[in-house]
Order: sequence, then C-alpha cells, then structure tokens
Amino acid sequence: MRIGVITFPGSLDDRDAARAVRLAGAEPVALWHADRDLRGVDAVILPGGFSYGDYLRCGAIARFAPVLSELVPAARSGLPVLGICNGFQILCEAHLLPGALTRNAGLRFVTRDLRLRVENAATAWTRAFSGGQEIVVPLKSGEGCYAADPDTLASLEAAGQVVIRYADANPNGSAGAIAGVCNAEGNVVGLMPHPEHAVDPLTGPSGDGLAFFTSVVALVSA
Amino acid sequence: MTADTVRPQPYAELGLTAAEYEKITDTLGRLPTDAELALYSVMWSEHCSYKSSKVYLREFAAKAPASAALLAGIGHNAGVVDIGQGYAVTFKIESHNHPSYVEPHQGAATGVGGIVRDILAMGARPVAVMDALRFGPAAAPDTGRVLPGVVSGISFYGNCLGLPNIGGELDFDACYAGNPLVNALCVGVMRHGDLQVAAASGPGNQVILFGSTTGPDGVGGASVLASAAFGGSAAGAAVKRPSVQVGDPFMEKLLVECCLELFAGGLVTGIQDLGAAGVACATTELAAAGTGGMRVRLDAVPLRDPSLGPPEILMSESQERMMAVVEPGRVAEFLAVCAKWDVRAAVIGEVTGTGRLVMTWHGETVVDIPPGSAADGPVYHRPVLRPAGQDAVVASSASGLPRSVDGAALRADLLALIGSPGLADKSWVTDQYDRYVRGDTVLAMPEDGGLIRVDEATGLGIALATDGNGRYCRLDPYLGTQLVLSEAYRNVAATGARPLAVTNCLNFGSPEDPAVMWQFAEAVRGLADGCAALGVPVTGGNVSFYNQTGTVAVHPTPVIGVLGVHDDVRRRLSIGFGATGGSGASGSSGGSGAELVLLGRTGAEFGGSAWAHVVHGHLGGLPPAPDLAAEQRLAGLLAAAASAGLLAAAHDLSDGGLAVALAESCLRGRTGCRVRLPGDPFTALFSESAARAVVAVGPGAAADFAALREAHGVPGETIGRTGGADLVVEDCFAIPLAELAAVHAATLPALFG
Repeated sequence: MRIGVITFPGSLDDRDAARAVRLAGAEPVALWHADRDLRGVDAVILPGGFSYGDYLRCGAIARFAPVLSELVPAARSGLPVLGICNGFQILCEAHLLPGALTRNAGLRFVTRDLRLRVENAATAWTRAFSGGQEIVVPLKSGEGCYAADPDTLASLEAAGQVVIRYADANPNGSAGAIAGVCNAEGNVVGLMPHPEHAVDPLTGPSGDGLAFFTSVVALVSA
Repeated sequence: MTADTVRPQPYAELGLTAAEYEKITDTLGRLPTDAELALYSVMWSEHCSYKSSKVYLREFAAKAPASAALLAGIGHNAGVVDIGQGYAVTFKIESHNHPSYVEPHQGAATGVGGIVRDILAMGARPVAVMDALRFGPAAAPDTGRVLPGVVSGISFYGNCLGLPNIGGELDFDACYAGNPLVNALCVGVMRHGDLQVAAASGPGNQVILFGSTTGPDGVGGASVLASAAFGGSAAGAAVKRPSVQVGDPFMEKLLVECCLELFAGGLVTGIQDLGAAGVACATTELAAAGTGGMRVRLDAVPLRDPSLGPPEILMSESQERMMAVVEPGRVAEFLAVCAKWDVRAAVIGEVTGTGRLVMTWHGETVVDIPPGSAADGPVYHRPVLRPAGQDAVVASSASGLPRSVDGAALRADLLALIGSPGLADKSWVTDQYDRYVRGDTVLAMPEDGGLIRVDEATGLGIALATDGNGRYCRLDPYLGTQLVLSEAYRNVAATGARPLAVTNCLNFGSPEDPAVMWQFAEAVRGLADGCAALGVPVTGGNVSFYNQTGTVAVHPTPVIGVLGVHDDVRRRLSIGFGATGGSGASGSSGGSGAELVLLGRTGAEFGGSAWAHVVHGHLGGLPPAPDLAAEQRLAGLLAAAASAGLLAAAHDLSDGGLAVALAESCLRGRTGCRVRLPGDPFTALFSESAARAVVAVGPGAAADFAALREAHGVPGETIGRTGGADLVVEDCFAIPLAELAAVHAATLPALFG
C-alpha cells in the first residue's frame, strides 16, 4: 500500500503527513509538484503549508501545478485524496471539493487543540471512526473559514458531505461550523484541522488523527 | 579609482566619527570612494563591528568552562554543540528591536528570517524558533500598535516558513515604551560532518549570490543612513528609503530547502548569510576569513530596482539572500539545484590570492580595500561609571513594603499577579504561532522550556529556554544576569534535560553613556562568571545598544538562552499537575493525588520581585541571591529523577514565586492541589529565592525520590498533594480553578482584542 504526499514549493507538513502514513502501516511516496506523475500510488495526500507563499488566494496557484493535471482526473475516477489545511484549500480551488476557505473571523492565525465531531464515518478517510465520534485534533490556520452559498451548504448537509464539524466554539467563523467536507462519492476529503499532528500523544494532543490514515489503508488493502 | 578628492564626503551622515573617517583614509592612503565609504560605514556600525562591546565579550571565551560538547564557538555565525549520537545543534538569539518599533509587523518578521539564515549558514536544518518580547505598559496606546504588529509579523514569517515556535517570553515595563525588545532565537540540527564554514578560500573559486533580488529596502539599516546622503550616486534622487526590510518567508523556505540540498551534494566550500550590511558584510567577512582576496562584479548582482548604484547595493538589507563560494567545476550543479527550487542565483565574483577585496561596476573599480580592515573594525574602551542613582535604588529596599497577612489578602495578591499582563495567560499571543509543524514538538509554551525531538528512534531531543529580567538587572546587573542565567538553566532542567550551552542577546542603552557601559560590563562579567560556575559555555550571541528614548535607557536586559540535551523525550517533565490538556505537549500524566515537594531553600527575597512590581509598583533593593552551586545540584536531581521516571510534573519557581508556580501547574493540568505552607505564608508564597522548583512525585516513587534528593544534596519538603478542582492553601485561602483560569485568561484579550 503506497500513499503519495505531494510537495509544492512552500509545503510544510509534507514530512508530518508522510510520518502519519508510515504509522498507519503504509509506505509514503514523495510526489513533486512539477512532475506529471502520480507514481502509481493508491491514494494521495495534499499536505498543509503555504504553497507558493499563498500571497494570492490560498491554493490559487498550486491548482495549476503540473501534478494536479494527473491528480484531478484520478480523483474523479475514485482515487482516495485527502487535503489537509492548505491541501483542502487547493482541492477547493481545483473544484474537487465545493466551497472556499476565507480569512478567519477575527483575522488572526489560530493554533488550537479542538474537539471535532466526525459527522460522516463512511468516507474513504473516516471509515475507521464511528458516526458522531468526538476526537481532539489541532487546528492551525489563518484562512480556515469555510464558506459556500446557501444552496451548496444545504445540499452538503442533506447529502452527508459534511465530514467533520467543530464540536465546541467555532474557531474561525466557518459556515455551519464545518471543519471538513467530501465530494459526493466520498473518496475526496478536505479538512482544515491537522490529523497528522495528532498521531502520537507525545507530539500531539491525542492519537485520534491516526484513524484518518488507517481508514484509507484498510479500504485500499481490502 | 574615481575617489572624489574635492567634494566633502558625508561620513557623519553615514554614522562615522571624524576619527573613524581618518582611520579609513589612513588605511587606504587616499580618500575612500562613495562605495568604500558606504561599506566601511555599515561594517563599522555598532551593530556589525561590536566596537563598544568587543573588549568585554572576550570574557566569555577567557572564562569559558572546559566543555567537550563545543564543536564551534564564538566568532562563527552561531555556536555548535555536540548532543551525542552523531548529532550537533546550533542555536543563537538576536535582536530586531529598532525595526520592530518603526514597523512592528515587518520588523519582527525579518528578525525571524535573519536568525534562521544564521543557523542555516552553519549547515544545520532550522527546527524551531522562540521569541522573547518586551513592550511598554500593556495598556498604553502605543503598545496596542506595537504588540499586535510584532506578534502578527512573527506569526506570518515563522508559520509560513514552517518552523514551530516553542516558547519565549512576554513582559511589559514602562522602560520599554519607546523601545520594545524583540529578540528571536532559532535552533538547528545537523550531523557532525555537516558543519559549514564562512570563508572564501581557494583562488579561482566562484562567488555566488542567491535567493531574493537586491532592492533598496533596508539600505543602511545597520548604521543610520538614508540613501539621499549620496549626492553623486545613481539612486541619489533625494528619495529617503525606509530602512526597515520587507520579508518574504516563502522565499526563505525555498532558500532553506535549496541550501540543505546544496550542502548534501557537497557543492559548497564556504557560505555566509546576508543580514545587516548585506553584500558589504558577506563579501568582507568571507574574504577576511578565507584566502583574503576576492573580486566582485557589483553589476552582476540581480536587482529588483535597476536604479541602484554600488553604495546602495553594498548596503541593501534585502532579505532572503545567501552568498556561497563554489569550486568552478561545481557551479553548473549548484545552479541546477537553485533552479529546481526556483531560487535565483548569479555568479558575481571569484576568490583571489591578492589579499584585496576589489569590486567593479561596469569595468570601473569602485572598491579596493584589505578586507580585514573592514571586517575587524575599531575597538573602543568606552568610559564606565557606576550610575549616580544606583545607591539610592539599592537603598530603597522592598523589605519595608506592606505585606498581606490574612488569607483573603494573600488570595487577592495571587489573583493580581496571575492577572497582571506579564504573568497572564499568553494564549492570545502563542495561539497565533504554529507549534506543531515538523511533528517533533514535545513541549511548547506555556511549559518551562521548549522540547524538540531530534531522533524518532532513540528519543534524543533538545530543550531550550530563554529568560530575561530587566528589574533584577536594574537593581544589580551582575547578580541580575546570573539570576537570569540561573532561571533559563533551571527551566531547561525542569523538562528533564541536561543544560549544555548558552546564547545571549544583550539589550542595553547607549554605549556612549558611562552608566550604561557600567551596566553592560557588570552583566557580561556576571554571565561569564555564572557560565563558568555552571559549566556551560557561551557559544555566541548578539549585542543591541542604543535601546533608549532620549537619554533614558531601557533596564539593562540581557536575554539568556540555554540549550539542553534530553536523552529520551518520552521521559519529559511537564509543568501540569495531573493529566494535561490544551497543548500538543501533553505532559506526564500524574493522575490525582501526587505528592508535592518544594525543592530548594526559601528566604524572604522580594527585591525586584513580581509581587513588588505588580502590587506596589516598586523597584528597589537588591535582587534575590543567586546560588549557582545549588542550581547545579537541583538540575542534576531533576534530570536524574526524570530519567528514572520518578516525577509526574516539575515547575521551576521564578516570577511570583511558589504561588504563581502552583497556579500555573494547576491550570496547565486542569487539576487542583492542596498545600500547607512552611513558615510565614507570605514569604512562602511570593518570595523569589533562586534554585527552587516544585515537583509532583509519581505514584509509589516518594521513597526513591527522597533518597535521590538526599544524594544530590537538594533540600526539600513535602507541602501537599495534587487533586481536586481548587488551589487550596490550608489556613489561608482556596481558589476554584475556574476562577483562577478566568482571571489568568482575561487580561490579554481585554487589552488587545
């Protein structure tokens, strides 16, 4: 089982995502933004960071990276894809996920350990959870306020595409306290909190985040 | 040469004295060119030359304790320390005080960028940063401008660069109102063989400038210059450029990855970061440390503003630039790595054997100097005089201040302390920093020290703490500096690590004021003696003078960073009682009911204390007495106890004494405690006697810990147990944790939104 982790210029949590993959029992495979090649991996993670500095809109340049021209059709064909933070922003910019991420309410960067509720435990990346399960995972972002038009929000809620929700106070003003969403098929998931920083209680607030990675390992290995 | 022998030269506007100007003309045997004058003016600035401090800083090396751990010491970009298992660590702290007052966001941001490049230039991968911040009164309107800007700048740059911010300090005092202190620390990790040198050796080797392009930002930031001073130069169109630089953390991230790949490929024979004094500093220092000669084509420097001339190019402090010396046969490979990372690179010169640094501008020679003359700079023995008012300050002892006696008043004192801006919950600041990135952060603020895992397999790690205390140092700079060193040392020990080495950022007023020079001389002597006694060498540091408004200097504020090694970070100690919540640095779970032991001796020492400051607005008397031998014994005990797994929590005692330490430990672990105080409750709660800590002993470990404590010669007494939802001091007061937390957390948001 091989899981690709894409490095864009300015990616920061690629090393952490690769560690999480390893701890979940799979082999991490480094993918480079400039290569039109997914190297035959079974799933792909777009890690956190500030791709191209995010001086324009977050993820707005990364969506044009050569590797995306391979990733987008593969994702539409069912390849499991997880976008974390900047990765989530890139997936939205690439229209693999609905909605957009905007400046936090309060306009400050927020790093905080948060209780999250797993609303959909049927996606490729959340199957190891149970529906409604509460987990503790850190959030660290300046542009994590999830926004979409009312119709999109209503259809996401109706279709169960809200995967993760902030369980306590809304930390960034996200619509519906949404922390993560998936596409209609459930193979593409994006979230602002960082499960790769919650894989070991030694270096994170919990080990709860590991189940995102074991979910996809179990799915692909099945 | 085209030195203008008629036109008067603007040496005074460039910050040079008449004597310094004369020394330049003597060295060259003629008048300097504009470019040479610009080069000398920035190289001989206080910031770059250490001309007032050099004679004192020699004490660090002269008194340095023998340390097998030191691989590279003072004089390099940063010191390098052996931490075992083939790893070496380099760390340094540097000031960016003045730019952060002028433009808080960019000033603080580029302070982070600059110190990170220092670490990178040693060959190490930067792995964490810390920031020690001091501002004017918290409620002052200007603090409301400066503090949020500084914090957002650090957040913007450090987060985007991908370095965890693992701790630091935040304090307020009226003396910093017009002169905040923004000190940034970076630590990096490498393998022993990876050490790089900052020297241009080997005639024929190529000199490559890479990273950002060079612009007019920060021209003369190291001296006092506006580029309008250059009547005859290309950019002399009377435009006064801002002397604060603008940071691009994305470029810095690319530069970090690019450099590490260049190092790994063995493509670099010498490297230097560009910071203060830009190309002038990098070329002169590289040349002076190497074969001695270098030829540079200034017209080959990639510019972002084509109107710049040689003086501006030499002085520009544009950020995110590095200079490398590369063998001719490796240049193509070097440039290919730069291209992979989208980093612009240009060959701008070559190493020669002439002993002269020669620079040309479209074929015309504009600089021709012996590089050592610029790199070494003048040395001053400034007048030193104990301040006239020092005796009066010392005579105004804190022992006469009214003290609370009954429980209700003691309770109110504790709440006043933990709600005071300097001791309040700092989440408003630290929540804006990423402490998780890289996934190796084991402890971060509000712990005593930051702790970073270096090796996942063995658990080897490094602990870091920074401390400063302007009040102690104002009362007695010698003792105060030793107390500051002691606290940083103790903070590192409180994580379970063994302290190994010291860095420092010495923030003082004007060196031209003999009273300030007395404070400086005493502080350096205190630090050098303290390091010798503790057996930890100073590996490097930074001096920041001219921190004053008008004739009023800031308190003498040496900020000391101590680095320690942790043999197994899984055995780290948290300050939190019971199971911790809140941070990625989750502490040892002590559960409820752990025995609390107060370590060290407590005297009635209130001079310069947080209590005197917060409750009485008083600063006088002498600070607590340092006890370096006791600090060593305490640190030895904490490391041994952590390694044996005997402790559930440990917290050093410093500002606010036992009272504040207990409150912080209760809040961190969301677990209360019940204690019975030995002796006078007021002294027990608020004295700031040094060499003390409070520990929660693990279940069933009381006898073993007591034996270990005896063996290390550390006095201690059991004062109570953890548990419950209140901080209870028997026969005095009880405070529900919810009330404690509310008071602690409310202050900074109320001030800064």
